[in-house]
Amino acid sequence: MKRRVVLGIAVAAALAVLPFRVPSNWQNLLISTFYYAYLGQAWNILGGYAGQLSLGHAAFFAIGAYTSAVLAIHLGISPWLGMVAGALLAALLSLGIGYLGFRFGLRGFYFILLTLAVAEICRLVALHLPILGGYTGLFINFTPDPWQFQFQGKIPYYFIALGFLGVASGIAWLIQRSKLGTYLVAIREDEDASEALGVDTFRYKMVAYAVSAALTAPGGTFYAYFQFYLQPNTVLNINHSVDIMIRPIVGGSGTILGPVLGSLLLELLGEFSRTYFAAGVAGLNVVIYGILLIVVVLFLPRGVYPTLTHLMRRPAAGRRP
Amino acid sequence: MSLLRVAGLSKSFGGLRAVQRVSFDLAEGEILGLIGPNGAGKTTLFHLISGFLQPDEGSVRYAGESLAGLRPHQICQRGMVRTFQIARPFLHLTVLENVVVGALRRVAHRREAVRIAEEVLGLTGLQEKAGSLGQRLTLPDRKRLELARALATRPRLLLLDELMAGLTPTETERLIDLIRAIHGRGVTILLIEHVMRAVMALSQRVLVLNYGQLIAQGRPEQVVRDPKVIEAYLGQDSAGAEADASG
Amino acid sequence: MLYVQAVINGLLVGGVYSLMALGLSLIFGVMRVINFAHGDMMVWGMYLSYWLFVRLGVDPYVSILVTGAVVFLLGAVVQQGLVNRILEAPHEMQILLMLGVALTLENLALVIWGPDPRRVNTAYALRTYWLGPIVLDLPRVATFVLALALALALYLFLKRTDLGRMIRAASDNRVGALLVGTDILKVFALAFGIGAACVGAAGSLMSPFLPFSPSTGIFFTVTSFNIVIIGGMGSLLGAFVGGLLVGVSESLGAVILVPSLKELFSFVLLILILLFRPQGLLGGSR
Repeated sequence: MKRRVVLGIAVAAALAVLPFRVPSNWQNLLISTFYYAYLGQAWNILGGYAGQLSLGHAAFFAIGAYTSAVLAIHLGISPWLGMVAGALLAALLSLGIGYLGFRFGLRGFYFILLTLAVAEICRLVALHLPILGGYTGLFINFTPDPWQFQFQGKIPYYFIALGFLGVASGIAWLIQRSKLGTYLVAIREDEDASEALGVDTFRYKMVAYAVSAALTAPGGTFYAYFQFYLQPNTVLNINHSVDIMIRPIVGGSGTILGPVLGSLLLELLGEFSRTYFAAGVAGLNVVIYGILLIVVVLFLPRGVYPTLTHLMRRPAAGRRP
Repeated sequence: MSLLRVAGLSKSFGGLRAVQRVSFDLAEGEILGLIGPNGAGKTTLFHLISGFLQPDEGSVRYAGESLAGLRPHQICQRGMVRTFQIARPFLHLTVLENVVVGALRRVAHRREAVRIAEEVLGLTGLQEKAGSLGQRLTLPDRKRLELARALATRPRLLLLDELMAGLTPTETERLIDLIRAIHGRGVTILLIEHVMRAVMALSQRVLVLNYGQLIAQGRPEQVVRDPKVIEAYLGQDSAGAEADASG
Repeated sequence: MLYVQAVINGLLVGGVYSLMALGLSLIFGVMRVINFAHGDMMVWGMYLSYWLFVRLGVDPYVSILVTGAVVFLLGAVVQQGLVNRILEAPHEMQILLMLGVALTLENLALVIWGPDPRRVNTAYALRTYWLGPIVLDLPRVATFVLALALALALYLFLKRTDLGRMIRAASDNRVGALLVGTDILKVFALAFGIGAACVGAAGSLMSPFLPFSPSTGIFFTVTSFNIVIIGGMGSLLGAFVGGLLVGVSESLGAVILVPSLKELFSFVLLILILLFRPQGLLGGSR
């Protein structure tokens, strides 16, 4: 136990100092890692713990991004507050989808299709709404004002992303140890058996969905004020939803470290392919994701992290007489 | 007053009448056996009673309250728990975790749930296996776990669906003892069984279902000699049924 | 009159949709696997057709033979190499696997051919016939006729040949088929291959009148799902009828609503179908 605390402090210290010591592209990589790990934690609550795969989380992300941007541009409201509004709207949408899906008994494949369809509808609607910028997209003016969620240089973004990740991981950890978490995992394992044991599966799935959606939206706000440009075909397309879910799936859905590990792996993989293959070849990244998904499903179905811990446990088991 | 009152229960699937106007009472503290040839509608009856299916006609009253329209988890909240014909442990959770899920029905915090779960594991003889994953359990242990999980919810009425299926005679005896012990703690039990040894040993009364209809009710010794019952089984595996019944 | 024209056009396109959906239904019916990469396989068929046309001057209606064969192989390889390993795995895993295949195919196409839409511009693309007040353009008619021919060929294959019977047996009762000594893995490979070939051929047939890019794949996949869910998962007749239905309703939708919202229409339709008829109009085993 003591060792863990020391390790924790060491890691925290390293993380605090790191951004000041590394070159710019490493800062980007770290920010990306934290940011995707954050999104992964959010997705994981529904996808990993509750076992309901969602291919439409880009919709919640977009709600977070667009809500805060529009509120800031048209009403001058700070994105920090807009973020909260975005989270609430995202939760509302998730409850709507969840109500339809869970009430009508959509599970597995059918639920995935539902989430996909909703996200695509959002994309098409966004392309036709002038207030969201339509096809040209939405530009956000850069005025380095912390109150407007805009900062000079990368370092503040680094710490915000890290902070987000910390909060999301904390929430995931709390859920995991609670009655909610236990019930979600039971639902994932066997929904009918859980019902028979008194678990209100409808209610708990809704809760998981709402928390997952509300937690995803601030990621969108972060993105909006990091990239300063929103376009529905980037922010709301299926590839983006895949981006969000592939990290926890590769890293280990249903665990706290899974999304972090998955995110780190994919960032390193992306960096590697960017350096050694033609830089900026659109789509190559996703080809790699596709192949990775296949490899994970075939050989590491529980994800990298659980497989690693399982392997590390084995030698100990061998020592027993 | 009867704990469970089933009246005129019917359910059809397309043209198939799975359950036809079944009525019976179950008194608190009783052990009632439900037997019948394969396909007689026993499990369907369980689904109807436990809320997994809604009946076409008829009613189910539990502790005086109608269960119409209630979802399974609500029925479980009221103290009626069922097991499944094919044991369904939570495969990727440990035995302890499996039982904790059941225990959480009556407490809000994991810590207490774990305590209850450990107690139940002791009662059902699964303490040694507490850390094993569900998927690693042998069949008899899975059955035991099924029982333990249900027990952890502190049921008033337990619906057991073919718990003895696939077990050796020794394992069957052990489970019979366990069920007796559970009954001894005040739990009312309704069990579906094919294994006649268990039916005879445990049931105070027996119901016989055939083609969805109740064809006989009474003490086990009586029912087993009832010509209608023998004929019902004759259509299936007569030699086996008779041999089991007389031994 | 505009509506009648739309219905006719919709029917003509519906023929290809039917073929597409037949492929998906066959794969699902036999293996209970949901081919998330279906639309992307079709797009590869389209790109192949385009390449053959542009490089070798092969008419897309002729290149059906090639695209059908190539995509057949693609399907069989995917089946043998990947799908076979996860036949007993939970559904979520199967979906993720096929999603991986879909992503790989789509983005490989993106890497190779770029994001710009392509189209096969045959010389006779603008030839039209008049049937009273209705305009029929040659590509659509030819496509319809060929699609129907292929669907019929598939039907005859499944009903009349030994191989076809084996496939049907395996889809009805896997254990039974095993018991009578069917080499089940070969049957699966064959079924997946044929299903893929259908959609590859459909790609060739579509290429003369529909511009396509790598991202069109998902649209075809969703449309296929729409059709198969409406018609009943695993029901071949349902897939056929559903294809025509969806073709017509899409065409009508484009006339009644803004054309650019055609995609929106498919997704809304999908949601409605999911909520209200997941078993399909013609029944089916799910």
